[in-house]
Amino acid sequence: MEQPILEMKSITKEFPGVKALDDVTFSVAKGEIHCLVGENGAGKSTLVKVLSGVHPYGTYSGEIFINGEPQKFSGIRDSENAGIAIIYQELALVPELSVYDNIFLGNEITNGLTIDSYETIKQAADILKKVGLDVNPETKVKTLGVGKQQLIEIAKALKKDVKILILDEPTAALNETDSDNLLELIKGLKKQGVTCILISHKLREVLAVADTITVLRDGKTICTLDNREHQVRESTLIRHMVGRSIDNVFPKRKKIEIGEEVLRLENWSAYSPALGRQILKDININVHAGEIVGIAGLMGSGRTELAKSIFGNPDRYHVSGKIFIKGKEQKFRNPHDAIISQLAYVTEDRKGNGLILIQDVKTNITLSNLREITERGIINENEEIVVANNYKESLNIKTPSIEQKVLNLSGGNQQKVSLGKWLFVKPGVMILDEPTRGIDVGAKYEIYTIMNSLVERGMSIIMISSELPEILGMSDRVYVMSGGQIKGELTGEEATQEKIMEIAVEY
Amino acid sequence: MSDEKSDPAKPNIFSEVLSLLSANFSQYFMFIALIVIMLIFTIATDGGFISSRNISNLLNQMGYIAVLAVGMTLIIVIRHIDLSVGYLAGFLGAFAAIAMTSWGLPVYVVIPVVLILGALSGLLTSLPIAKLGVPAFVSTMAAGLIFRGALLLVTMGTGTIIIRDPIFNAIGNGFIPDIPDFGFLDDRHKVTLIIGVIAIIFSIISAIRSRRKKISYNFEVSSPSMFILQMILTSAIIGYVVWLLSGYNGLSWSLVIVLIVVALFTFITTKTPLGRHIYAVGGNPEAAELSGISVARITQLVFAFMGVLSALSGILYASRLQSATTTAGLGFETDAIAAAFVGGVSAAGGVGTIIGSFIGALVMMSLTSGMNLMGIDISIQYIVRGAVLVGAVIVDRATRKGR
Ligand SMILES: Nc1ncnc2c1ncn2[C@@H]1O[C@H](COP(=O)(O)OP(=O)(O)OP(=O)(O)O)[C@@H](O)[C@H]1O
Ligand SMILES: [Mg+2]
Repeated sequence: MEQPILEMKSITKEFPGVKALDDVTFSVAKGEIHCLVGENGAGKSTLVKVLSGVHPYGTYSGEIFINGEPQKFSGIRDSENAGIAIIYQELALVPELSVYDNIFLGNEITNGLTIDSYETIKQAADILKKVGLDVNPETKVKTLGVGKQQLIEIAKALKKDVKILILDEPTAALNETDSDNLLELIKGLKKQGVTCILISHKLREVLAVADTITVLRDGKTICTLDNREHQVRESTLIRHMVGRSIDNVFPKRKKIEIGEEVLRLENWSAYSPALGRQILKDININVHAGEIVGIAGLMGSGRTELAKSIFGNPDRYHVSGKIFIKGKEQKFRNPHDAIISQLAYVTEDRKGNGLILIQDVKTNITLSNLREITERGIINENEEIVVANNYKESLNIKTPSIEQKVLNLSGGNQQKVSLGKWLFVKPGVMILDEPTRGIDVGAKYEIYTIMNSLVERGMSIIMISSELPEILGMSDRVYVMSGGQIKGELTGEEATQEKIMEIAVEY
Repeated sequence: MSDEKSDPAKPNIFSEVLSLLSANFSQYFMFIALIVIMLIFTIATDGGFISSRNISNLLNQMGYIAVLAVGMTLIIVIRHIDLSVGYLAGFLGAFAAIAMTSWGLPVYVVIPVVLILGALSGLLTSLPIAKLGVPAFVSTMAAGLIFRGALLLVTMGTGTIIIRDPIFNAIGNGFIPDIPDFGFLDDRHKVTLIIGVIAIIFSIISAIRSRRKKISYNFEVSSPSMFILQMILTSAIIGYVVWLLSGYNGLSWSLVIVLIVVALFTFITTKTPLGRHIYAVGGNPEAAELSGISVARITQLVFAFMGVLSALSGILYASRLQSATTTAGLGFETDAIAAAFVGGVSAAGGVGTIIGSFIGALVMMSLTSGMNLMGIDISIQYIVRGAVLVGAVIVDRATRKGR
């Protein structure tokens, strides 16, 4: 057998209270696409961070070999020099800078003293071509969609001589078209001889592109599967990942009466002074008790803006139109007002504006409803621990304790903390923005089950999602947005992937 | 699979102490540093540093910086800075002096009025910050200039204003009264000792109650021997400080005020929803806003607190000097900011405790006092204090990151 390009032997990595990796062995053949799958907190990100020197040599035990040579990376620079490039779970671009500045950030091309913009732009354009991205290198990154930003991340990685490209959940925030583009790009890179390690919770894409799949569970290697002939089945993969089989991705919901209307928007429009343009136009929607309403649409179709404008409008858009809650018109001056009216909004960007990363799990969970655990002006910290532990149990949040800083949780578990926080508000209408982004199959199932039990108790859910199967599997009704407008409404029965896409791409 | 995480044999008290220390190193670091500094000065001055008289002086002198450090902690926690506090304190001190001497207003009217003026000034300074997003650096620097001008304006005719009100002057120089001698502990300040005993009993009772509460919730608590060790340590510290103070006039009014301020703000920050909101705003303003917290309101409130504490600082300072001078307040803000950073506040926001900053102020004051005792030249003093400031912040960073 040919020598593997990468071998990691008996890697063990511990954090206080957690054994993130427990004697993991991982071997990647040259030129393959090797997928790494596993539940939230299984140790995937940690493994690639060990590989890329984020966790330097000495903080873990075990050995790393590249082309048979032992490696001791003391930082990212070292691994970069060895031909490893990693693209993290969270984008690391500077929004205010231009595309070319971002690509060459930290490796600026200079002519002695100053930055050589002409040369930089020229080289940036070449690299952009390589990743199939058709944008002007001088545009600011913040004006681009997530899909394009993701490609820029890859471009950034590719400017050096890369032998092993690691992507940690690159498609989590992408819609189907953008995901497909990205996967095509990876396959293209493979033809050029680049070895790829891909972490993803989207099993279908894993099965479509992987040559080999390694499954991690609880910090251990469970198995490595050969998928060159696409012979691995999704159910097999799930069984290895969660240790049991899940027959139905979407849990069954009891048929319940759709109740009275709880939320209605009339001629809702919004103008963003920051962007200098209209972002929402004439939106009329309604939501009833016991209903899950899906909002589908492409990135940038205005779904998150809609949610935020309803939820007290923290970004200070100029809005017009009316909101009715249970038939009564309401004017929310800020998110606090919206919370008082029993609205909750679980953001799509848990790190940016969802959680307070430097605080612990329990403080995050109780933040929006401190009243509930406050007696005579004083927070009952014991009660707080009980509450937080309840959510830790019921949402199955993987953390050594509720005193752990959220910063140290894996991506999926952060999402669960975010969900717990808003469940504790005990809302009547819950707006979920990409609720299962970056969440493993098992946990997805759990979240869907929770959503079902919530609506069975008479709550309403507005679910914004870019994953069409999820929209189709969970919604009673679907609104399709495009260009800041509602372009169509479909009942759960009528809705199909094709119909939604047809409306979504319409102008 | 075997469960290997189950409890590692019965923990002994030493390993428990060690693990507690290492888990909260950055919290205890300042405390340990303070003790080390005090030890060094005590040795260098042949015990002069730790004498009742010196400790009493040190604690009484630090009042006006300690209260500013408390406010500055909150300001830095919410990711801002306040450069105006020194001149605000100076101006309001002068205002109080004028109100008493020129206008003949009684002290019990002047003090509340000055505190309210402080709150209003803080609020006013915060408006451009909270409402328009003007950087605090700019807004408070401008406010500082204005207050400085105001101070010069009100002291223009008179220069230094001598304050003769005995009650006002007692705030910075007086001590709590004592009961007459009755043949026992006559060389000590007995009321101070009694207060000390009450404080110790109170701290023990509240610790036991909170432990009981935890047990009733079935939560894990530290081992009994650990608990007793902690009790003994706290009692010993309180006891020792009180014993020292009782050997020289006892508790001063200024220390009483500082302790009340520290206790009050510790309570607010650790026990109330408002405290949570302040730290949430500091930790992630966008997330706080979406959680239903008004970032603008918290910002205004924190600056108003800072204003009140600046006013208090001005009162303490004017009272201690028994006068208002044209240079009062000069450089207070630097000392307050230094105390906060030495005490572990993070400039990135969301991190820092009131107690920490109080200890930070103590460290800085001990340095000044100790070096004065040793007769070290002022030039060297500045250099040492600068080095300690940056050293403390470096250690704090390093220990936090290691976790
Ligand atoms: N810096 C850290 N400090 C403490 N614990 C950590 C740290 N980083 C990761 N962990 C813990 O290590 C475990 C593995 O985390 P990791 O991020 O590797 O999971 P993951 O497989 O990438 O999950 P996800 O799919 O949710 O991203 C988790 O239990 C996590 O809480
Ligand atoms: Mg991860």
